[in-house]
Parts: sequence; structure tokens; C-alpha cells
Amino acid sequence: MTRVLLIGAAVVLTAIMVVVPLVYIFVQALSAGWGAYVSNILDPGTLHAIWLTTLVAVIVVPVTVAFGIAASWLLSKFTFRGRGLLITMIELPFSISPIIAGICYLLLYGRQGYLGGWLAQNDITILFALPGILMVTMFVTTPFVVREVLPLMQAQGSDQEQAAVTLGAGGWQVFRRVTLPNIRWALLYGAVLTTARAVGEFGGVAVVSGSIRGKTNTLPLQVELLFNDLNVVGAFAAATVLTLIALVVLVAKTVLERRAGRH
Amino acid sequence: MSLTSAPAVRARAVLPGFRLTLGTTVLYLSIIVLIPIIALVLTGAGIGPARLWAIITAPRTLASLRITITAAAVATIINAAYGLLMAWVLVRYRFPGRRLLDALMDIPFALPTAVAGLSLTALYSANGWFGSVLEPLGLQVVYTLGGIVLAMSFTSIPFVVRAVQPVLEELDPALEQAAASLGSRGFTTFRRVIFPAIMPAWLGGVTTSFARSLGEFGAVVFIAGNLPFKTEIASLLAYIRLEEYDYEGAAAIALVLMVLALVLLFVSNMVQLRAARHGAVTA
Repeated sequence: MTRVLLIGAAVVLTAIMVVVPLVYIFVQALSAGWGAYVSNILDPGTLHAIWLTTLVAVIVVPVTVAFGIAASWLLSKFTFRGRGLLITMIELPFSISPIIAGICYLLLYGRQGYLGGWLAQNDITILFALPGILMVTMFVTTPFVVREVLPLMQAQGSDQEQAAVTLGAGGWQVFRRVTLPNIRWALLYGAVLTTARAVGEFGGVAVVSGSIRGKTNTLPLQVELLFNDLNVVGAFAAATVLTLIALVVLVAKTVLERRAGRH
Repeated sequence: MSLTSAPAVRARAVLPGFRLTLGTTVLYLSIIVLIPIIALVLTGAGIGPARLWAIITAPRTLASLRITITAAAVATIINAAYGLLMAWVLVRYRFPGRRLLDALMDIPFALPTAVAGLSLTALYSANGWFGSVLEPLGLQVVYTLGGIVLAMSFTSIPFVVRAVQPVLEELDPALEQAAASLGSRGFTTFRRVIFPAIMPAWLGGVTTSFARSLGEFGAVVFIAGNLPFKTEIASLLAYIRLEEYDYEGAAAIALVLMVLALVLLFVSNMVQLRAARHGAVTA
């Protein structure tokens, strides 16, 4: 009896809290028909936002993966002073709200920021342009790959790598032939989580991008812009693109979890 | 960490890549994480304690902090209960659709917060599916504190579930069998035997859920209506200060939120440490 009651409560609450809001995105986006939906997606501002968000993900994900590999190698294969401090710094972006990250960036790279004068003199634009969006997204996703790969590399130890080195393999060869096959699923898992986060980032990007229409408006910012313009159906149409990406990410995540034998 | 120190020391002499990976990691962390945070701290120091205090204790700032903390607390209480229920049902029962229910718990992490905010706002507004039922009953959600709570609890749903699930899975069934053989039943067993065992993980999840809610921005700005003194959260006020080119005001509020987040991180680590020690004693 308790069993039925608890399962029932879980299903009903999840339906109200998660499923209905998810379904409602598509219901609203299609409320004016398929024709209107397609023309909303093909709106130049929305198309540009889709392109920009894709670009951000395409750049940020490989960078975060490369950083994750370097940091995991460093932290799992060597002991040195300041190692704990580096781990804390990698974890820090998890605890700091993205909007605070955006404010930090503005205070550093903004025109009145600490580096603002120097950047202007050298004609380097970071804020209200692509570099700022990329960097704040990197801030937010810093821990994502390390968190998946580092525990695995620590658990596996360095014996195989050492054997390879003893047999005369070079650094890259050891990594490619020995380490990479061991960590590939965790790496991919981290990359998938990074993609979801990079695509959906809102607060940090809202601060550093300046949300310039048709220029620095990423897809989540475009959703807000259309909503503020009272174009609710258009906002929902743009939101469906993000929702579909989220659903693909979830499926990929589930498949990878089974592959890597998690849960 | 200490587990790996022994092989790592041996490895140091052999494995290549120390300089390359150290250089990459330190450079990346400096540019992306550390120097921007230092810029915020320096700005805060530059403002000076008197002016900092004046900004933080200004009525509008205090009101926004009160609203943020109240809403985050209520959202966390909701998730503390809901998350515990979900973890229990997903671990203890086998039923059709369980896997799907489990996968659904990740939706709030995968879905961009702006999309969540948009959907919840439409759903609970006067002509939305839920709003059209609730508003005639006098329950307005959109543009109220309730809306903020709703948005915060949605975005932090996974924290408690995912913290409790693994601990509940590994709980020794012998404990419950012993309790049952001593005549303990149902809820008493849960309260006296199971809950104490999962409490540290649960508290850890609750703390991260609260921290996340304090910093939530994307979902809240849609549904809150953002009226000063009524439904304006602290991170939005910081954003508004930026738009007014009041960088000191924005920095001061951001500092308060960052310190709050770091204190919570510290508390959460302490809870987990104590739990690890406690577990070692009882096992």
C-alpha cells in the first residue's frame, strides 16, 4: 500500500514539476501552427542566435576537453606543492553563480576594468564580443571534464603508463595508446555535459555579451529578447531548439552511463 | 587524494608531461578563473569597508537579499522532501517506467534555465494550463515570491535526488532486517535506521540545492516580474546596477553572493567530511 502511494506521489509530482513544463514548450511553440513555427525559426535574429550558440559550443567544448585532459594528467600523475589549491580553483566555478562570473569579467576586461586601458591600446576586444562570451562560458564549464576524468585516472593509477615509458614510448604515444583508451567514455561523458552547459549558459553571457541584437545574442538570450518583445510564440520556437539539444544530451548521457558501467 | 600519492611519487621520475600540463593548467585557470575573481575582490577592497557596508545595507539591497534567501530556503525545503521521495522510490521499488522517471530527474540540469523560466512563466500565467486553474482560486504564482520559489526549485531538483540515491543503494539490508527482527516496522525503521544513514548525503544535497538557488538567475528573471522590494532577487539587482554603470554597487552585491556561496561550499564539505568519519566509526 505504501509502495503504491509513494510511487503514485513520485509520478504525479514529477509530471507536474518536470514533464508538463517540458511538454508545454512544444505545445506553445506550435500553438500558431507549423507554418508559423518554421517562420519563427527562420527569423534572421533567431537563425543568427542558433549559429552563434553552435559556434560557442564548437569552440568551448574542445578547449574544455583539452584543459580537462591536461589538468587530469597533471593532478593524477604528479604530486607537487599547490596541487590542492589547483583542485579548489577548478571546483570554484561550480559554486559561483554565472552572473557573478560575468561581473568579474566586466571588472577585469571591461572598459573601466583593470585591463580595460591596456586592451583598448592594443585594439583587443573581449567584452560585448565573441571572446567574452567564449571566456565566460569556459569559466562556467571549467570543472566539467576534470570532474569525470580525474577520478578515473586516479583510480587506474600510472602503472600502465610507466610500463609504456619503460618500453621506450614517448609522451604523446603513451597518452594516445595507453591513457586515452582507458578514459574515452569518461571524456565523452564530460564533453556531453559541457555541451549542455555551454549551449544553455544565460547569466554570465547576459553580462559580458551586451545582448546586441543579431551580433552577440546567443540562443538563450534570444529567447529572453523575444519574450520581452511580447513575441511569446517566437520565444518558444527558439526554446524548442535548446530543448531538443537538451533531450539529445540526456539520451547521450544515459547511453554513456551504461557504457561506462555507472549507476 | 592520499590514495594515489604513493604511485604518483614513483611516477614523477618516469612520466613525461609535467611542465606542459602544469603550464597549461595554471595559465588557463589564471586567465579564466583566478584573475577575474581577484578583480572582483580588488574592486571590493577599493570601495572601502564604509561604502561597502552602505551599499549592502541600503534598503533595496537588503530587500533583494531577503527575497533571495527566503525564496531559496522555501525552494530548498520543497526539494529536500521531493528529492528524498524520488530517491526512495527510484532505489527501492521496481515498476514500469522507473528508468524514464530516473532520466527525467536530469532534465533541470540539461534544460537551459532561460527555457525553464519561459515555460514556467507561460504555464502559470493567467491563460496558461496551471495558471488558468490556480488564478480563479486566488493563487497567483507569476510575478510573486511563489514564482521565484517555483523557478528555483525547478532548477535545483537533481541535487538532493542524486546525492541520496547512491547512498541508499549501498545501504546494508542487514540493518533493516535486524530492525525488523526486533519488531520495528515501516516508518519507524525508516526514521530510526535508514534516515540516520542517509542524512549526511541528504544534507549535502540540500546545501548544494540552497547554494544553487541563491545564485539562480536565468529562470527567475522570467517569472519574477522583478519589482524592487517585492520580487527583485539579489543577482538581478547586481545586473541592474551594471546597466546603470554603477560598477561599485554591482561588485558589492556580487561579493556578498560570492561569500555566501563559499560559506555554503565550506559547510557542505564539513558535512561530508563528518559523514565520512562517522561512517568509518559505525562500519
